[in-house]
Amino acid sequence: MWPNKFDYARAGSVDEALSLISEDGKYLAGGHSLLPVMKLRLDAPGQLVDIGRIPELQGISANGGLTIGAGTTHDAIATSADVQAMCAALASACGQVGDQGVRNFGTLGGNIAHADPASDPPTVLVACGATVNIRGADGSRSVAAQDFFVDLFETALEDGELITSVSLPNCSDCQCAYVKFPHPASRYAIVGVAVCLKMDGGTCAQADVAVGGATVKAVKCAGAEAALAGTTVDEAAVNAAAEAVKADIADWLAGDIAYPESYRQQMAGVYLKRAIAAAQG
Amino acid sequence: MQVAITVNGVLHERDVDPRTLLVHFLREELDLTGTKIGCDTSQCGACTVHLDGKVLKSCTLLAVQADGAEITTIEGLAENGQHHPMQTAFWENHGLQCGYCTPGMIMASAAFVRDNPGASEGEIRHYLEGNICRCTGYHNIVKAVKQVADAAAGS
Ligand SMILES: Cc1cc2nc3c(=O)[nH]c(=O)nc-3n(C[C@H](O)[C@H](O)[C@H](O)COP(=O)(O)OP(=O)(O)OC[C@H]3O[C@@H](n4cnc5c(N)ncnc54)[C@H](O)[C@@H]3O)c2cc1C
Ligand code: FES
Ligand code: FES
Repeated sequence: MWPNKFDYARAGSVDEALSLISEDGKYLAGGHSLLPVMKLRLDAPGQLVDIGRIPELQGISANGGLTIGAGTTHDAIATSADVQAMCAALASACGQVGDQGVRNFGTLGGNIAHADPASDPPTVLVACGATVNIRGADGSRSVAAQDFFVDLFETALEDGELITSVSLPNCSDCQCAYVKFPHPASRYAIVGVAVCLKMDGGTCAQADVAVGGATVKAVKCAGAEAALAGTTVDEAAVNAAAEAVKADIADWLAGDIAYPESYRQQMAGVYLKRAIAAAQG
Repeated sequence: MQVAITVNGVLHERDVDPRTLLVHFLREELDLTGTKIGCDTSQCGACTVHLDGKVLKSCTLLAVQADGAEITTIEGLAENGQHHPMQTAFWENHGLQCGYCTPGMIMASAAFVRDNPGASEGEIRHYLEGNICRCTGYHNIVKAVKQVADAAAGS
């Protein structure tokens, strides 16, 4: 299958990319979401601006927190010692994306801009309080991950805007984990749960929980968080959180004929328990 | 658009339509038909090649994205007339039936064992999740890869 015809331009810098992009243009990073979509004629942009070689979009810096360039591949994130130390859940999520070929070329920026509901990294970014850094014709802005994901395949990005990086707080003192129920064929998440527990002695001072896959976008789960915070994360608290999470996601459920909404909602509770167990290591 | 892509050690300069996928470039421009198109939707891995040493599903990248890169296809895996150990192992263990998935399986497995000598059977099965075989039930494929992984760990 050939994609539609389009004009192609390769940008050497963020400034150049912003000046090149036209009204019916799209940025091309790894191409591992955009090209499949174009081959199926679900999208037919008139122009592609290749941002895959822009040095400013590459790499991971650890300076108090983490800053990950939008063009950094899933594999580079999954295998980064800094990410493993400062946000183990994100390293794990990126390591569970697709297969090795996808992880070698798919990027974090492309993944979150595409905003597939079954993606893995968005769930961790929402749980861990990440910030998405964006450049546009009018300058720079930063959006909390929770506000960045708006709906099914819909983000806060305006036309022509480019994600430059994602920032994350240092989670090295937290117990954090991402677990996923992968679709047996596609490996995308049927349900993915990220948890981040800040422990003070034996007590959970703060709990952050997000669910994806089961929902049209990654959803922060206040009810489950409240059920865990202030407890020792004992069996009763975990069971309460697993009940609460089903209500947290009730308004956002997604499903299909094989894995309907009600099933995914149940599995979110099951996978929350597994995520907590994984976080507690 | 003008591209310069090195394939199996030979530099090819061509003028391509930007929408040309790398797999089309290999098969139709260069007549390297060892690389197969199975699903054409990024799922099956029949089109797997190496780009600068990394495994890639060549149906999911534009040729223009590979400009300046070094590609290795199944035709370029043998060296000095000697099969790559992974090719030999697939032969010895009969890791194929119809053979359609085989070039992709071998390219993916060769990169995996290079990076993970001594990999366990479980790791091999997990790694091959991006390569689908409709014939073998995977048993002899895994056996072949394990043979090379064990040998690589011993050396
Ligand atoms: C077989 C297969 C299995 C997969 N399995 C999973 C999985 O299990 N979990 C998962 O999370 N993902 C999965 N993916 C998706 C994968 O993570 C994609 O690589 C990723 O979603 C897109 O990244 P990319 O760099 O390839 O983006 P592209 O395909 O190049 O772009 C995707 C979209 O993002 C836009 N874009 C790209 N970069 C930017 C930027 N910096 N700023 C603004 N917009 C931008 C593009 O214009 C386009 O609309 C899978 C993909 C494949 C092919
Ligand atoms: S043909 Fe490329 S993955 Fe199937
Ligand atoms: S041998 Fe026929 S598809 Fe694998």
